[in-house]
Amino acid sequence: MTTDVKTAVQEQRTEANGVKLPVYMDNHATTPMDPRVLEAMLPYFMEKFGNSASRNHSFGWAAEEGVDTAREQIAKLIGATPKEIIFTSGATESDNLAIKGVAEMYREKGNHIITAVTEHKAVLDTCKRLEKNGYRVTYMPVQKDGLIDLEDLKRAIDDKTILVTIMAASNEIGVLQPIAEIGKICHERGVIFHTDATQAVGKVPLDVNKQNIDLLSISAHKMYGPKGIGALYVRRKNPRVQISAIIDGGGHERGMRSGTLNVAGIVGLGKACAIASEEMAKEACHLAGLRNRLKEKIMGRLDEVYINGTMEHRLPGNLNISFAYVEGESLLMGINDIAVSSGSACTSATLEPSYVLKALGTGDDLAHSSIRFGIGRFNTEAEVDYVADRVVETVTRLRELSPLYEMAKEGIDIKSVKWAAEAH
Amino acid sequence: MSYSDKVLDHYSNPRNVGSLDKNSTEVGTGLVGAPECGDVMKLQIKVNPQTNVIEEAKFKTFGCGSAIASSSLATEWVKGKTVEEALQIKNTEIVKELALPPVKIHCSVLAEDAIRAAIQDWKKKQEVAKPAQAAVAVQ
Repeated sequence: MTTDVKTAVQEQRTEANGVKLPVYMDNHATTPMDPRVLEAMLPYFMEKFGNSASRNHSFGWAAEEGVDTAREQIAKLIGATPKEIIFTSGATESDNLAIKGVAEMYREKGNHIITAVTEHKAVLDTCKRLEKNGYRVTYMPVQKDGLIDLEDLKRAIDDKTILVTIMAASNEIGVLQPIAEIGKICHERGVIFHTDATQAVGKVPLDVNKQNIDLLSISAHKMYGPKGIGALYVRRKNPRVQISAIIDGGGHERGMRSGTLNVAGIVGLGKACAIASEEMAKEACHLAGLRNRLKEKIMGRLDEVYINGTMEHRLPGNLNISFAYVEGESLLMGINDIAVSSGSACTSATLEPSYVLKALGTGDDLAHSSIRFGIGRFNTEAEVDYVADRVVETVTRLRELSPLYEMAKEGIDIKSVKWAAEAH
Repeated sequence: MSYSDKVLDHYSNPRNVGSLDKNSTEVGTGLVGAPECGDVMKLQIKVNPQTNVIEEAKFKTFGCGSAIASSSLATEWVKGKTVEEALQIKNTEIVKELALPPVKIHCSVLAEDAIRAAIQDWKKKQEVAKPAQAAVAVQ
């Protein structure tokens, strides 16, 4: 292996740039835990190991106290009450519970669900399963900027509609859907509104009452908490929302989600929310500053670079860029000391380029060329500068290698070329 | 996905990158793949008209690391071979040499296609050129 060589190269770079390698800039995939979160969790593994459902001894009470505090911390961050927080294993489960739970509970009222084509698979595949069971699902398109058209939503709602599920922030392009307006429309029409807020919680302000949200999915590991723990907010009044359980058992979480609570995880999620409540506003400025710096440093030095999704309504730490004439996976290979994601088919199991980018009307060629940068709490200015330099250097090198770039420079319209794609 | 050292080497130090004069009768150009599919390879050969030996080969590739490596390797392999010998190169040999995983086999297929397309282009030029030369000779 060339590992030794690579390590040597990396060490050299570390010294030259003062940046510790590899750089993690994939904070939409997951985030490192905040040390304060770990500190809060540690007592709940060995000292306070009790089962929070044990009501008759101090071990149970200690665990329950931790859970209660966490419930308050989470509720506070989204403007809810503690009783409205149901713990799950993560946002995928929360999405399943919300959508399947409403579908089953309100089956007599109707069978129509509305979502959008750019949702996370946890929502889309749940909806697809319901379609097999006799539900009708409308998959709304998005506009070029990645946002849904509210008029489309109004038109899509009919007298059989029981649920609208639209994400708060996109995991790929970071765009923020007009959640408050969607909630308002839903409530005017008597429809339940669920939002998958996995990427938004702790990053942008959310208020379930001001935004008319009935169900909201949360994940801890996207906000500097541990993996394997999440929550679902379930509105208790105006209106009271009821959901059928999908996991049966001991009747935990008011019967909505049975199973012994993951106390340490819950404490971690609570602490992560408490930190976000305190620091979100300041952190958003910091992240947006870094993100804009990255954008300027890349776009100022490269031509034919396109941003996917609106910059106006966007998570502060997200940047999703297509580098025309360069394939995403080869770009990732060239910046292998930086952890980011690509919408290229070659990086997915299905060999299809990102469905989210396709939904924006981004051509397949540009979808193959996209890179998602997810800047997080622990990224630094020096890291951003390093990443920008490496990206510019690699894109330039790969364009020298790209027949498409050469053709474009010769003035050939690549779209007009008849491609003989024998291999496909 | 982890790459073999050979793929990494070709990716980092691609051989024979560049372009030849596509209008020259001695040059054959193969352009295969499609941008929508995420791979486009341009492979060019320059053939000695006396010996039919491929004296020069150049490539440019838009695609993943395995696609770049496959085409880089293809240029190395065709160089010094006669046109007929070059036609014998099989994608499976490229797969073996670069230790490509199953999901990347299409990259090797594309490289074989690129070689064939370049040779076909060159052959077409010879057919067009020959009667013309014959006519000149008669005059």
